[in-house]
Amino acid sequence: MVDVIQARGLVKTYGKLRALDGLDLAVPEGTVLGLLGPNGAGKTTAVRILTTLLTADGGSAQVAGYDIGSQASKVRSHIGVSGQYAAVDEYLTGFENLDMVGRLYGLGAKAARARATELLGRFSLEDAGDRPVKTYSGGMRRRLDLAGALVASPPVLFLDEPTTGLDPRSRIDMWEVIAELVSGGTTLLLTTQYLEEADRLADDILVIDHGRAIAQGTADELKAQVGGERVEVVVSSREDLDAARSVLAEVAIGAVQVDDHTRRLTAPVRGGAEVLMQALRGIDAAGIGVLDIALRRPTLDDVFLSLTGHAAEDAIVEAEAKPGAATVKAGDPA
Amino acid sequence: MTATKALVDGAIVAKRNLIKIKRVPDLLVFSTMSPIMFILLFAYVFGSAISPGGHANYREFLIPGIFAQTVIFGSTITGAGMADDIQKGIIDRFRSLPMSRSAVLVGRTTSDLLNNVLVVVIMSVTGLIIGWRIRTGFVDAAVGFLLLLAFAYAMSWVMALVGLIVPSPEVVNNASFMLIFPFTFIANTFVPTNNFPAVLKAIANWNPVSSVTQAERELFGNTGGVPPIHTWPLEHAKVYTLLWCIFLVAVFVPLSVRQYRRAASR
Repeated sequence: MVDVIQARGLVKTYGKLRALDGLDLAVPEGTVLGLLGPNGAGKTTAVRILTTLLTADGGSAQVAGYDIGSQASKVRSHIGVSGQYAAVDEYLTGFENLDMVGRLYGLGAKAARARATELLGRFSLEDAGDRPVKTYSGGMRRRLDLAGALVASPPVLFLDEPTTGLDPRSRIDMWEVIAELVSGGTTLLLTTQYLEEADRLADDILVIDHGRAIAQGTADELKAQVGGERVEVVVSSREDLDAARSVLAEVAIGAVQVDDHTRRLTAPVRGGAEVLMQALRGIDAAGIGVLDIALRRPTLDDVFLSLTGHAAEDAIVEAEAKPGAATVKAGDPA
Repeated sequence: MTATKALVDGAIVAKRNLIKIKRVPDLLVFSTMSPIMFILLFAYVFGSAISPGGHANYREFLIPGIFAQTVIFGSTITGAGMADDIQKGIIDRFRSLPMSRSAVLVGRTTSDLLNNVLVVVIMSVTGLIIGWRIRTGFVDAAVGFLLLLAFAYAMSWVMALVGLIVPSPEVVNNASFMLIFPFTFIANTFVPTNNFPAVLKAIANWNPVSSVTQAERELFGNTGGVPPIHTWPLEHAKVYTLLWCIFLVAVFVPLSVRQYRRAASR
C-alpha cells in the first residue's frame, strides 16, 4: 500500500524547546493513524507542518505525493483540515460558511452551493443551515468545521483533536460521523488525547511525547503493553482480604495483587462490566464489606506511565516549566 | 493567472466581510457615529472659539480635516479584523485552502474600502447640513473623494500588517489609538499650524495627514483663499499625498502578504 502521508525526521523548535524532535510517521492509503499524546507533545505542531501552515526546521514530508515545502499549493488542494478550535465564521450562516469554502477551493458557484446543501444534510445541520453560526452549540460548530474540511472531497484528511472540549453526547456523535467518513476510504491523520478515541477510530496509533514517537501499534497492542483492564476493590476490614482475594481469583486472568495497608486488591481481568458484575455478586455472596469497587481501563495516563515512566499530566507540567514554553503554548495549543 | 485568482478569491473574502457588517451593524454604527460626533463637537465647541487665521468659515476649514482623520481611524478596522480572524482560527482555515496567498488581505482591504465609502458619504451629508460646501467643479470634487479613499486604502494595508503582528484585536485598537491621535492632531486638521512650536510645525508640515487635508481643502474649494504654508509638501499637497499612497502600498502590501504566510493562530 502507498503511504499517502509520509514524514521523516520532522523538527520544529521554539527557542530552546524542541516541539518536534525528529518525528517519523507514515499513513498508508485509506487508513487512519491516531497521533496520541498529552498537551504539548507536538501533535498540533505536526499537523500544522503537514498541512503547510507551519514550516519545519528540519526533515521532509510528502502528502498525497507532493512535497509539503516545494509543492505546498498542490498539497493544499488535496487535503481537508479541521482544527481543535472550530475555524468557522460565526457571523456567517452554516450554508454561507460551506459555500465560501467551496468557492475558495475553486468549485464554482453552482457546485459550491450544491455541495454546501449536501454537507449540511449529511451532518444533520440542514435545519440550522440558515442561522448564523453564533447560535450553534459547540458540537454543531465542530460538525460544521468538519464539513468545511470535506467540501472538496479531499483524499487526505487531518483532524486535530476533533472532540476536545465537547460534551460526551456530542463526542459520540462526532465519532459516528468520523467513523462513517473513514469507511468511505479517506486517509486520515487524527490527533487526540483520548486513548478511547484513538481506539475507536484509528487503525494504527502513534504515541508521541516531547515531539518524538515513543510507541506505535494497534490499540490492542498498546493496551497489551500497558496491561489491560483490572478490577480494584477496597474492603472495609482487613480480615476480609483473604476471602476477597479468592473471589477475585475466580474472575482474574492473572495474579491478584493485595495491598495490606490500604486494603486494596487489584485483579487483571478481561471482559469489562460483565466481569465487574460477576465480582460484585461473588463479594456480596461472601458477605464481604466493600468501601470501593471499580473497573479500571487503561487510559492515556497508563500508556504514558508504562511507556515513559511519567504520567500525562507530568508531561504538561514539565513542558510548562521549560523556558520558552510560553511561546510554544501560544503557537501550539496542543 | 495568479492575479486573477487573487481578485476572485479576494472578492469571495470581501463578500464574507460585508455579510459580517450586515449581521453586526454595531461596527458600522460606531464607525459612522464617531465622525458625526467629531464634526458636531469641533464645529460647535471649538468652532465658537477658533478663528482659523484668514478663514472666514471654520466649518469649511474643519470638514476636510475630519475626513482625513476619520479614514485614518477607520483603517484600524482592517487591523482589528485581521487580528480577530487570526484569533478565531479562520486564517488557519483560509491558509489550508488552495487559495491565493494575498486574497484574504485583498478581500479585507476591499471590504474596508467599501465601508469607508459609506462613512465618507455620511460625513459629507453631515457636513452639508452644518454648512460645509463644495465650491469647485464636479471633476475636482471627484478627485478629492478619490484621493481621500486612496489614502484610506493605503492606510488599511498599514493596519493589516499591524493586525497580523499583534496578539489580539484589542491591542490593535489601543495601540493605534495612541499613535493615530497625535498623528492626526499634529497637523493642519483642526487648526492652522502657523502658531505651532517650531518642532511641531516641522512635523505638521511634512505629516501626510496635513497634505491630505490641504489637498481636500483645495479640491473642494475650502481654503478660503488662504495660500498653503510655504513648504514643498503643502504647496504640492495632491502630489505629495499621492506619493505617500504609492509608498505605503508598495511597502506594506508585500510586508503584509509575507506576514500572512507566517501568521499562526494564537
